[in-house]
Amino acid sequence: MGKPVAMTGNIAVANAMRQINPDVCAAYPITPSTEVMQQFASFVADGKVDTELVTAESEHSAMSACIGAAAAGGRVMTATSANGLALMWEMLYIASGNRLPIVMTVVNRALSAPINIHGDHSDGMGARDSGWIQIYSENAQEAYDNLIQAVVIGQHRDVRLPVMVGMDGFIISHSIENLELLSDQEVKDFIGEYLPLYPLLNIKQPVTYGPLDLQDYYSEHKRQQAEAMKLAKPVILKVAQDFAALSGRKYGFFETYRLDDAEMAILTLGSSAGTARFVIDRAREQGVKVGLIKLRVFRPFPMKELQAALGHLKALAVMDRCDSFGAAGGPVFSEVRSALYDLSPHPAVVNYIYGLGGRDLGIAHIEQVIRDLQEIRQTGCIRELLTYLTVRE
Amino acid sequence: MATLKELSKREELLAGGHRLCAGCGASIVVRQILLAAGRNVVVSCATGCLEVSTSIYPYTSWRVPFIHSAFENSAATVCGVEAMYQSLKRRGKLPVDEEIKFIAFGGDGGTYDIGLQSLSGGLERGHDFLYVCYDNGAYMNTGIQRSSSTPLGADTTTSPVGKVIPGKQQYRKDLTDIVEAHHIPYLAQASPHNWKDLTHKVEKALSIKGPKFLNVIAPCHRGWRAGVNQTIELARLAVETCFWPLYEVEDGKLTINYKPREKKPIIEWIKLQGRFSHLLKPENEHILRRLQEGIDAKWESLLRREGEK
Repeated sequence: MGKPVAMTGNIAVANAMRQINPDVCAAYPITPSTEVMQQFASFVADGKVDTELVTAESEHSAMSACIGAAAAGGRVMTATSANGLALMWEMLYIASGNRLPIVMTVVNRALSAPINIHGDHSDGMGARDSGWIQIYSENAQEAYDNLIQAVVIGQHRDVRLPVMVGMDGFIISHSIENLELLSDQEVKDFIGEYLPLYPLLNIKQPVTYGPLDLQDYYSEHKRQQAEAMKLAKPVILKVAQDFAALSGRKYGFFETYRLDDAEMAILTLGSSAGTARFVIDRAREQGVKVGLIKLRVFRPFPMKELQAALGHLKALAVMDRCDSFGAAGGPVFSEVRSALYDLSPHPAVVNYIYGLGGRDLGIAHIEQVIRDLQEIRQTGCIRELLTYLTVRE
Repeated sequence: MATLKELSKREELLAGGHRLCAGCGASIVVRQILLAAGRNVVVSCATGCLEVSTSIYPYTSWRVPFIHSAFENSAATVCGVEAMYQSLKRRGKLPVDEEIKFIAFGGDGGTYDIGLQSLSGGLERGHDFLYVCYDNGAYMNTGIQRSSSTPLGADTTTSPVGKVIPGKQQYRKDLTDIVEAHHIPYLAQASPHNWKDLTHKVEKALSIKGPKFLNVIAPCHRGWRAGVNQTIELARLAVETCFWPLYEVEDGKLTINYKPREKKPIIEWIKLQGRFSHLLKPENEHILRRLQEGIDAKWESLLRREGEK
């Protein structure tokens, strides 16, 4: 049983990093993730970790240093948000293309312009094709748990991919919550020793990282990357299983709530699940058969598993805290809807884009979503495929 | 300091068979540097001619550990490698008796321009590495576009000699000066025609802890429009004309390593290169004059600074 503590998401994550004690951290501050590295810098300054901290002069250099460090042959972590992640964008692909299991906390924040420092998923979703495993968290406990699991997932021989763990800016990063920390020894044992593959620092066996890869090999390397993502799925589940044995907290690709007998459901990602659960409970009291599915792993996308979990529904509302301008809808919607296409019959799927730039998602908003779902269930017709929620129009 | 005889017996660490042009200045520079550095180095390299021509999968010319990650971050990448070295060394995860050196290569594009921030960050943080800029005065890999190292008046594909504008309108950036402002323990300019000076500078740099910087002229006959066999001659003339002074700054003390007995006029260097051919026309004489003035001013300032106590 872990030790109950009260801390913000950022401090929880910094503590996970302290317990992981990575060999190198390279980072650059950006709101709202600043506190993660700030707290971690204190751990370094106080000798609580042995990590070499590289206080880079930009996020681009931070990720570049992470890449150099990971290729050198050790455990590497960092944290960022929004524009910082956007500045890393070029290097995200290089980290995954070189199969370097860097672990990064992304304190999700809206992308500029206009500049906004609050929580939404436009940063993480913008990086969804960068070849990183993406895990999203509902609260500080999950952010802490996910980060520890991310280390083990990324370094697995079948995977060797970088992992980003998301948590909503301010809503999670700056709110104090009760959570349980594992003991330092438990984390140490859980993550194990890092076994470098082809380290640059083995000068007896010189290797070349980042060669020019033309028409004759590039496709095969990308195909191998796709395979690694596929192989990450059983690893994610196995790591979750081991983590449950250690902590008692269960994780999967997603979490369901009152879904089995539901006719309608709301799909969320991140911190909104709590509000959704509350509203769903109230609706259930009124006899409305609605449930929740909270997506945890967005990459690799659990398509088959979502088909199995959602196939019995009549109507599904996918909540996106991010727009994909000019697309059919938000990024989560597009993928979930595509996953359900093969089912016959398949649920009617609608999309709500909400909470951009940290705007609050209230009870009334989710009640509106449930009312819409009921109408779709009763009439069989979708009036609005895409609704902008929590916005003045 | 290794003698020519000793250097000649050492193993080539940049294998032949790479696809750099015959007569490429960069490969000569790199070979001399690696001969001086020896096997215990990890190399990072910015995107550019050197990188794309020496590591075409599934081949590599690098007989030492090598990493290329992107264009603007050779310094940041090697800083990451070096940070891991420090960390693993401290944790006892690397052989105690094995000392590794770190060298980052970048062209003038990857160093003066897009990689300047990354270089500056690495120098300021004090990582233990040697940064080598092989300066050929333009973005040669993408097809001879101007860089901030391109000399005044040069004809490049983005500073072409047109009907109205006769080539590059600006003086080149003095990167070595910018690096000096970081107050690192050692920095120098070198040239491959003077292998002794260059290899000694590498040996000296690698014997010092902390960030070091070498700016090495690396003639590119394609971009400079000169003969394939003129690389070394062009490097020599760049030094003899004081376009490329050989000097070093060690712990703040400046030493000019070579003073031409008779400083040659810049025209001697210019006239061998097609990129400057328009400067030989009478109507462009003022550009040539400006170019000479800039070179003279820099050389005078170096002489003055060397004399200062």
